[in-house]
Amino acid sequence: MLEIRGIYKAYEAQPLLQSISFLVGTGETICLLGPSGSGKSTLLRMIAGLEPPDAGQILWDGNDLASTPPHLRDFGLVFQDYALFPHLDVFDNAAFGLRMKNWKSDEVKTRLAEVLDLVNLRGFEHRKVTDLSGGEQQRVALARALAPHPRLLMFDEPLGALDRALREDLLNELRGILHRTQIPAIYVTHDQDEAFTIADRVLLLHDGQITQEGTPADVWSKPNSVWAAQFLGLGNIIEGKIINGKKVETKVGNFSMKCRHKHQAGEKVHLLVRPLETSNEANQIRGRVADVVFQQDRFKVTLDGGLYFYLKDKPKVGQMLEIKVKLECLQ
Amino acid sequence: MPLLRNMKTIFFRRILLWLAPLIFLGVFFFYPFLRILAFGLSFETLKANNLQLAFHVLFFTFYQASLSTLLTLLIGLPSAYLFARFDFHGKSLLRALTTVPFMLPTVVVAAGFNALLGPRGWINLTFMHLFALNSPPIQFVGTLGAILLAHVFYNTTIVIRIVSNALSRLDPKLEQAARSLGANERRVWWNVTLPLLRPSIFAASLLVFLFDFTSFGVILLLGGPTFATLEVEIYIQALQMLNLPVAALLAFIQLLCTLVFSILYTRLSTRVTIQSAPRSPYQHKANATKEKAFVFVLCILLLTFFILPMLALPLRSISRLQADRGQQTQVHYGLTTDYYTELFINRRNTLFYVPPINATLNSLGYACATVILSLLLGFPAASALAKPGRLEKILDPVLILPLGASAVTLALGFIIVFGRLLISPWLVPLAHTLVALPFVIRTLQPAIASIPDRLRQAATTLGASPLRVWQNVDWPILSRATLSAATFAFTISLGEFGATLLLARPDYPTIPIAIYNFLSQPGDLNYGQAMAMATLLMALTTAGILFIEKQRLPGMGEF
Repeated sequence: MLEIRGIYKAYEAQPLLQSISFLVGTGETICLLGPSGSGKSTLLRMIAGLEPPDAGQILWDGNDLASTPPHLRDFGLVFQDYALFPHLDVFDNAAFGLRMKNWKSDEVKTRLAEVLDLVNLRGFEHRKVTDLSGGEQQRVALARALAPHPRLLMFDEPLGALDRALREDLLNELRGILHRTQIPAIYVTHDQDEAFTIADRVLLLHDGQITQEGTPADVWSKPNSVWAAQFLGLGNIIEGKIINGKKVETKVGNFSMKCRHKHQAGEKVHLLVRPLETSNEANQIRGRVADVVFQQDRFKVTLDGGLYFYLKDKPKVGQMLEIKVKLECLQ
Repeated sequence: MPLLRNMKTIFFRRILLWLAPLIFLGVFFFYPFLRILAFGLSFETLKANNLQLAFHVLFFTFYQASLSTLLTLLIGLPSAYLFARFDFHGKSLLRALTTVPFMLPTVVVAAGFNALLGPRGWINLTFMHLFALNSPPIQFVGTLGAILLAHVFYNTTIVIRIVSNALSRLDPKLEQAARSLGANERRVWWNVTLPLLRPSIFAASLLVFLFDFTSFGVILLLGGPTFATLEVEIYIQALQMLNLPVAALLAFIQLLCTLVFSILYTRLSTRVTIQSAPRSPYQHKANATKEKAFVFVLCILLLTFFILPMLALPLRSISRLQADRGQQTQVHYGLTTDYYTELFINRRNTLFYVPPINATLNSLGYACATVILSLLLGFPAASALAKPGRLEKILDPVLILPLGASAVTLALGFIIVFGRLLISPWLVPLAHTLVALPFVIRTLQPAIASIPDRLRQAATTLGASPLRVWQNVDWPILSRATLSAATFAFTISLGEFGATLLLARPDYPTIPIAIYNFLSQPGDLNYGQAMAMATLLMALTTAGILFIEKQRLPGMGEF
């Protein structure tokens, strides 16, 4: 089991990561989700031992790894742009880790047959890695990391360079492989779809700190900050003022709602507005249609004031609309 | 058919651009070159004893070039690692320092090593003074060691540039991937870094080898005529033995070898550039004691190696350390400007002997002529090459061919075609132009290519006449490159030694020739004047180099 305890890292006197702590259990896949530049890759590099943290500890089964050099950690790392060795072919790339452990050549062959099977690369053994497509290179990188039976796998934006359709296919395959092999994994990405697809647990990283942690469903349904809501693309956020415990005043009307936090009357809050189809606690928003944009199977309808909703039927610009919504308080 | 006519005029215009450069190369390079072939490969020349001499000379040339290349790698590879991987104070200065020798004229480098290690140099005179010796204890000039040291001094920068460039372009993730796959530092180096660097190390070695192979001034000035490489032997056969056929045979062998090396190098260097994309620099301060020691020791080594000869020279030119013959009593030791004032005096009062400072005037005159000629020829060629068509693909390597031919070979061709006795002073700037032209074209071409046609079209639609377009669009962008090209031609001409030695008339010496003459004459005064002249040349060339470096467009001009 991997344990991260209070990691701190600064770059040029600017803190990049602060008090990062989390656990990765047996067979668990966790995902660090955050925008580019939030220090995700640096964290992986520290876990891999390629860079020392300024403070904090990285432990495996309770043992501090500070004095373990990267090549003795047995952690597999899959890089963003694969970092395949251009001077070696597919087989030699994938066999690199086994050779470093001085495996015998017939053992290497057997193991590679397994691994290349796993990533669907049988028959590619003697191709040059520079001639492979992006998806194939990604598979080689995965095979290379898997081959030496790592006790932990780390993925640094592994699908970032691939197009959407391929990304989905590979992601599902990867999910299957992680599930079958039961290797604990840390997956780093800025793409929420990827994160929610692959992760057992998602950690939101913002300004160098973990701001939220939970299952994908939890994080999606209960973003705990304005930043989280915006980052997850839940775009309708309005400002409001508390009138009393259950009422809130906004520029699009007064609403009643529940809040997990306790608020004083007159306090300013941010509200996340999400459309709701079936509920009795629904509030209603009335507004004039300002703009309608066709998007694939639906229409994005923007009301005066900037709130937007996705509707099946096309309203007219200037028409008044009533929409049922659920309001959540983002403190 | 307006389209066809249009294509015809375009083709015609291209031919027009090529006309002057091609006629020039035809008359002054290819025709002499063919005459060398005819001379060198005739039945009378291909006799057993000539071939034996050629084989002997060729063997020594290979031997000294291989040895020099090995030694250069020995210093260059750790230095490349130093510059690519470590960040330390004064790094850019040290790097600049290592590049200076490459651009310095051979006579200056030879004079610098002479001022440091020669019989009248600082180290020998210091030992003689300290231990009251009568003769210099260190025999440096005239040894193979001197040649090797000067070659290493010259070419280390090539290894540093090419290999450290490749190293810093290496994706650091590759090494990290290897680390995470269980490779320790040593195995990362052997299994990942070194195999990936191999093409660039080969390319650098080949280039260094090529330069060592064709080196002339260093070998003649520091080794002396006993160390006959192909170049030196061509000179000896042509000027001292007056045996032009044998010189031509050697020149042919020389051309053949350089051609093979150049082709190999071009092949390799394309592989070097394909291998990896530019990455963000991956440098760090030395942390571990081992790293600190490495950085410190290497910096000190490089600093002494590259500074001492260049420092010894100007200092020696203003210090009187020895009495001249017959001056035992009145001479006072210490700082002096005598060597410089002496340059303005005609000591021998003969018609043929001119005051040494006239050599400077000759050099400047030749350099100006070279600048004008090479720009006049370089501009049309570079314009045509900037937008390469089928014609240019063929002509591009043709233009670079003179670069592969050594200066001595070029001069030999001149002598064969125009005759030794009829030599006019004009042949010197013509030869210098041949040497400088490839550099001028390579400097102008990317600048011209960097101006997109859209800019000119935009200016035209805004009402600019063709002349105004040139004035307001082309020239402001090209002026910097033109200045660099001109300075290139100027410094090349100033320092050119090999061709000039064969072609210059005794009454029109240039600075390098004057230095060579002074160095080969006895006495402290002559030695001092050689030092003074070499210092002047060094100052002029260094100013030129600095100027070019300042003008350099980003991303332009490695080798």
